Amino acid sequence: MAEPALTNVSEALTRPGSWQGVASDWASDQRAFKNVSWGKVMMWIFLLSDTFIFSCFLLSYMTVRMSTTAPWPNPSEVFALEIGGAKVPLILIAIMTFILISSSGTMAMAVNFGYRRDRVKTAALMLLTAAFGASFVGMQAFEWTKLIHEGVRPWGNPWGAYQFGSAFFMITGFHGTHVTIGVIFLVIMARKVWRGDLETERRGFFTSKKGSYELVEITGLYWHFVDLVWVFIFALFYLW
Amino acid sequence: MGEVIFGSGGVVPAAELPDVELYHAKTWITKYVFSQDAKVIAVQYSITAMAIGVVALVLSWLMRLQLGFPGTFSFISAEGYYQFITMHGMIMVIYLLTALFLGGFGNYLIPLMVGARDMVFPYANMLSYWLYLLAVLVLVASIFAPGGPTGAGWTLYPPQAILGGTPGAEAGIILMLLSLILFIIGFTMGGLNYVVTVLQGRTRGMTLMRMPLTVWGIFTATVMALLAFPALFVAAVMMLFDRTLGTSFFMPSLVSMGEHLKYGGGSPILWQHLFWFFGHPEVYIVALPAFGIVSDLISVHARKAIFGYRMMVWAIVIIGALSFVVWAHHMYVSGMNLNFGFFFAVTTLIIAVPTAIKVYNWVLTLWHADIHLTVPMLFALGFVVTFVNGGLTGLFLGNVVVDLPLSATMFVVAHFHMVMGVAPILVVFGGIYHWYPKVTGRMMDDRLGKLHFWVTFLGAYAIFFPMHYLGLIGVPRRYYELGETAFIPKSAETLNVFITLAALIVGAAQMVFLFNLVRSLFNGRLAGGNPWNATSLEWQTPETPPAHGNWGKELPVVYRWAYDYSVPGAERDFIPQNQPPAGVAAQATITAVSAAH
Ligand code: HEM
Ligand SMILES: [Cu+2]
Repeated sequence: MAEPALTNVSEALTRPGSWQGVASDWASDQRAFKNVSWGKVMMWIFLLSDTFIFSCFLLSYMTVRMSTTAPWPNPSEVFALEIGGAKVPLILIAIMTFILISSSGTMAMAVNFGYRRDRVKTAALMLLTAAFGASFVGMQAFEWTKLIHEGVRPWGNPWGAYQFGSAFFMITGFHGTHVTIGVIFLVIMARKVWRGDLETERRGFFTSKKGSYELVEITGLYWHFVDLVWVFIFALFYLW
Repeated sequence: MGEVIFGSGGVVPAAELPDVELYHAKTWITKYVFSQDAKVIAVQYSITAMAIGVVALVLSWLMRLQLGFPGTFSFISAEGYYQFITMHGMIMVIYLLTALFLGGFGNYLIPLMVGARDMVFPYANMLSYWLYLLAVLVLVASIFAPGGPTGAGWTLYPPQAILGGTPGAEAGIILMLLSLILFIIGFTMGGLNYVVTVLQGRTRGMTLMRMPLTVWGIFTATVMALLAFPALFVAAVMMLFDRTLGTSFFMPSLVSMGEHLKYGGGSPILWQHLFWFFGHPEVYIVALPAFGIVSDLISVHARKAIFGYRMMVWAIVIIGALSFVVWAHHMYVSGMNLNFGFFFAVTTLIIAVPTAIKVYNWVLTLWHADIHLTVPMLFALGFVVTFVNGGLTGLFLGNVVVDLPLSATMFVVAHFHMVMGVAPILVVFGGIYHWYPKVTGRMMDDRLGKLHFWVTFLGAYAIFFPMHYLGLIGVPRRYYELGETAFIPKSAETLNVFITLAALIVGAAQMVFLFNLVRSLFNGRLAGGNPWNATSLEWQTPETPPAHGNWGKELPVVYRWAYDYSVPGAERDFIPQNQPPAGVAAQATITAVSAAH
């Protein structure tokens, strides 16, 4: 594996230790973030940009929720399931959230085993993460179907504000797309790990960069981000 | 790994970065069409941007013909006029200027100026161009769609943007939104490349504070674009749903053409917030690269270090940050809480401080300098003048009470054309005259260049200066014709004819430019590697035009900033960034040392 270690210690020690030092350390030779590879920096900046996208979506949702004069449907009734004759509010979404959060745990473990070069465990944990993600999307599809059967559409619904359906389908759909893309990447990455591509530094098809276990971590960054975003969607859409 | 003596005596490894894995194209197609080389991508971006820019230019002639000679040209209908305005504005701002500065100049200059072999992710960089091309094609397709392109104004304000009765409400608006979405996705792929290359891909010795200001400008603008375009993306997606699915994100309940529409409860103001959260930073996305490039042009052609380099860098960064908290100054007329109005007026005026610092520094750089009035220098000076002009009227418009009567008049049109139309375009031209020798190995024709400059510069004033006056006497913006309006004097018509003639002459001058661009490719004087005697790295490449990988076997090592001009005691009036200080082994020796290890 290529060593990204580039900290030039002897030179760095000559720089002053003060706010000026902070600035000049950061601005110093070759790399702003020492020992951090190109791919990882790229992912962080992409996630920053994506954060702005989700923030705009959520702020827009809050705005239309305030601008509409029609009543907003009550989430604990709309998102309830009939189980054994009793209506259990938010049960499906609670399970979905639990699954997605758990998948962050398995992802973190996969990264850990990746750096220990444990091919089998890494690949298995990534596939488990992907399976969690896929079941999340599956349950979301189920929820969409249920709501559509009850008459919820992007342009209207039986209970009140049009914006309920529009914002719901748009935001959960956009997030679900993120999860789906994540699942696809997890599967591709797991296959690479399994085949040992990362050890032989075989080139990837997309970036044509040599493979390394850092790829697992970068995939993980994306996955954790998608989970984190879900927490906000969950709080703002289902609990408000 | 080879170790070399460095600067003050520290010890550093050789410059090559471990992440670099250059993709070597083998076929003609992968070399020049589906190319992953940033230099080829830059040329592709530039040609596409200029081609669509010509469309926007032709549209401006048509609009001016209508305004100058209302009723004379029967093929320009009122609907057509709105479509021309919309396409002209959108193309100029996004598909021409943004694409040319970031995709064109950014791709060409960033890797060369920071001493990299290429962008960090060449494949994504290539996709970026093809998505941009697709976005342009979708935009062009909207011209031929049933109902024509959208005529909603470049701000695409709802509800009218998607309602029947607005030209292009059938298909034009849908294609416009799709095109914007594609543009943003494509831009993101390129933008991530530019940012990471600057942050992580520099050569040995290239600290951030040694980068030419061009790189600083493009870098900061790209960061801003990555944070501002999301707002437009989200807004475009929602409007697309409003139009195609019948959602009501931006649509209140309303009656249109006697019919109660099925919309209700949405917020048109929400669009304005999202649009301007993107739209104002967008102004600086085209202005900051221009600032950077102008600083370098002035420094090179005045043979003098840029005055206050650090201040210049910080000003760029501060302007970039502040421009995210001023967006609502475009919405004074929409109405807002007085305290908000106060806040946005204050932040708007504060931006004038770092901007003024930049202008002073440009002027101080010129002070007592050895000014060469080359074509790039003329354009740079033209920029400073027009930018100051547009900036001053911006101070007027930033104040709520002054803006209210002036908003939606020709005064605003004059203001933004000066500050973000003419000024950045002049820099685009200056930059092209300046770097053309590096890209092609040949000089552009000087006499044609000067002709182009003087006609464009004086012509731009002839067009836009009278517009300020027209705005002050109340001539509204976005009006197909004035008709019989009691408060507008007849003399306004004379001025309009004058402006139109000037616009046609300026347009003709751009044809001279295009002619020069193509002819110099074959007939231009051979340039050599460094025709302007400039210090920055792109002029120090072993080959001109630079070969694939830019630097031959070894990356250059940087020992100094990019502004060592007219240094007392130096043998020439410039010292290249990669020239070692006296007493330090020259690069050839370094190469030998590192090769020996
Ligand atoms: C030869 C140069 C140009 C001429 C003659 C010209 C002329 C015009 C005219 C006549 C209008 C419509 C005014 C109205 O009726 O409201 C207009 C609008 C506009 N122009 Fe230009 N223009 C030129 C260059 C540019 C450039 C370089 C830009 C780049 C920023 C630009 C950006 C815009 C924008 C954003 C609008 C507003 C569109 C709208 O109201 O929706 N123009 N221009
Ligand atoms: Cu603004």
